[in-house]
Amino acid sequence: MAKFMLSRRKFLTSATIASSGLMLSGCDVFDALGDRDNAVRNFIEGANDLTYKAQRLLVGREALAREYPKSEIRQPQRPNGSTDPDDPQYRSLAASNFADYRFAIGGLVEKPLSFSLDELRNMPSRTQITRHDCVEGWSCIAEWTGVPLAHLLDQAKVKPEARYVVFKCLDTIEETLSGGIKYYESIDMIDARHPQTIMAYGLNGKPLPVANGAPLRCRVERQLGYKMAKYVKSIELTDSLAHFGDGKGGYWEDNGYDWYAGI
Amino acid sequence: MTNETELPTGFGASGNSTPETAVDPVAPARPLVYRQSAWTRVTHWLWALSLFFLLLSGLQIFNARPDLYIGQQSGFGFDNAILSFSAANTVQGPKGYTTLFGKTVDTTGVLGLSGSGEDLAARAFPAWVTIPSYQDLATGRVIHFFFAWVLAATLLIWLVSSLINGHVKRDLLPRGADIRRLPRDIADHLRFRFHHARDYNVLQKLSYAGVLFILLPLMILTGLTMSPAMDTAFPFLLDIFGGRQTARTIHFIGMTLLVLFFIAHVLMVLAAGPFNELRSIVTGWYRADPPAKPMPEPGE
Repeated sequence: MAKFMLSRRKFLTSATIASSGLMLSGCDVFDALGDRDNAVRNFIEGANDLTYKAQRLLVGREALAREYPKSEIRQPQRPNGSTDPDDPQYRSLAASNFADYRFAIGGLVEKPLSFSLDELRNMPSRTQITRHDCVEGWSCIAEWTGVPLAHLLDQAKVKPEARYVVFKCLDTIEETLSGGIKYYESIDMIDARHPQTIMAYGLNGKPLPVANGAPLRCRVERQLGYKMAKYVKSIELTDSLAHFGDGKGGYWEDNGYDWYAGI
Repeated sequence: MTNETELPTGFGASGNSTPETAVDPVAPARPLVYRQSAWTRVTHWLWALSLFFLLLSGLQIFNARPDLYIGQQSGFGFDNAILSFSAANTVQGPKGYTTLFGKTVDTTGVLGLSGSGEDLAARAFPAWVTIPSYQDLATGRVIHFFFAWVLAATLLIWLVSSLINGHVKRDLLPRGADIRRLPRDIADHLRFRFHHARDYNVLQKLSYAGVLFILLPLMILTGLTMSPAMDTAFPFLLDIFGGRQTARTIHFIGMTLLVLFFIAHVLMVLAAGPFNELRSIVTGWYRADPPAKPMPEPGE
């Protein structure tokens, strides 16, 4: 019995020492990893390229994201990021209910084009009830209607050297000392030509509301919400992301988020 | 080859080559046995490293949306949340709250609201359990996905090597005799009476096999279910886990179970003799109890 008491005391003592050691291991020792230029961080960011390549191997080019029954539309689509741009150009377009809005396609195309909202609405359309997954962790199901991006790209005749579609937006997502930063995003040609990638002008059977990106936004259903640029003014076909923003391929990418948002 | 009882020969005996018999010639020798293969030892520490970073970066990611839901989507226009962390200003100052199945508890200082002075912040998990300590979802994701790859690769290497060298069959899968011994093994553990043998006891087998064959694969699969691209490749993931948000909830519960396993694991190592246990998972060599000689245990 005495032997047992001793070993229990020893046990409790060591357990206490061990757990206090854990408490002291506060995680600010790893805060350097938050530094975007940290060499270790840059190394471990490489895992995202691995994810991109692995998912491209596993996910067929045409494989569709799940589409849900109408009964799953149980709430308004939750808006995030910019929800009411006060940029003068956007405000004046919104004032006339986007009658003067034109969506432009440029860059590495044979035929630069631009379309009014009515012209887009008269094109072949696709309606899909899909799940929007935010990088923060929440999800929301809604019905989206728009023109397949592939249809628009075919009309403009994309040059073979084009590798990315860059979305340029009307909203200022951040004010800095050197001026406002407009939202922008980019996807590769595989996602650009995916059947569910649409330039959406309708949400849940109504015109796209301002909070959700009126008059036109992108839907890239196999990636997270930050890929799905709102208030899109134009798209540019390009072979390199280097000359847009900080060169990482999007506003959030310039702030340390992964370019490939399939995870 | 490796599971035979061997006397200390210098190799793997970590410098302590004095036989026990030199101390007490009457006591039977406690032989050093080769218990853990190099595969087990290397993968064990890689798991420890990756689970540490996965946990702390995972809590960072969770803090970006500190609610858990059941179903395909998060309810904003309806309520399907089962766990929420929140903060609010009250007449007594700011408070942190945890709400589980509709029941709210004041958890100020730890959950919902933590830090002090200028660092007082409304955040689900406090700074000292997240990497980085401040709110930085982008970095949390970078770290989480890197170590998710490390964990998955390590598990695969371990599984292949352990199937080949017989570790799975010999040491992990519980046999009928193990199950019959379970009540006695539980009683022994409760009384802090540990048997130091080359082979794992029943509770060890069950907990290790449970973590390696159920919990960790579950974490990987529920993690993949949260990836919109993987849902496209393997749509059945959404069905087996009942939706992306349920998968996120299961991922969180799995994390909690892994933390509980970790606590029990470390306490057991401390109780069973930390030096000997650590030596076996570092060098492979373990000092076992004397070979079963009739040594009547009190009360039996």
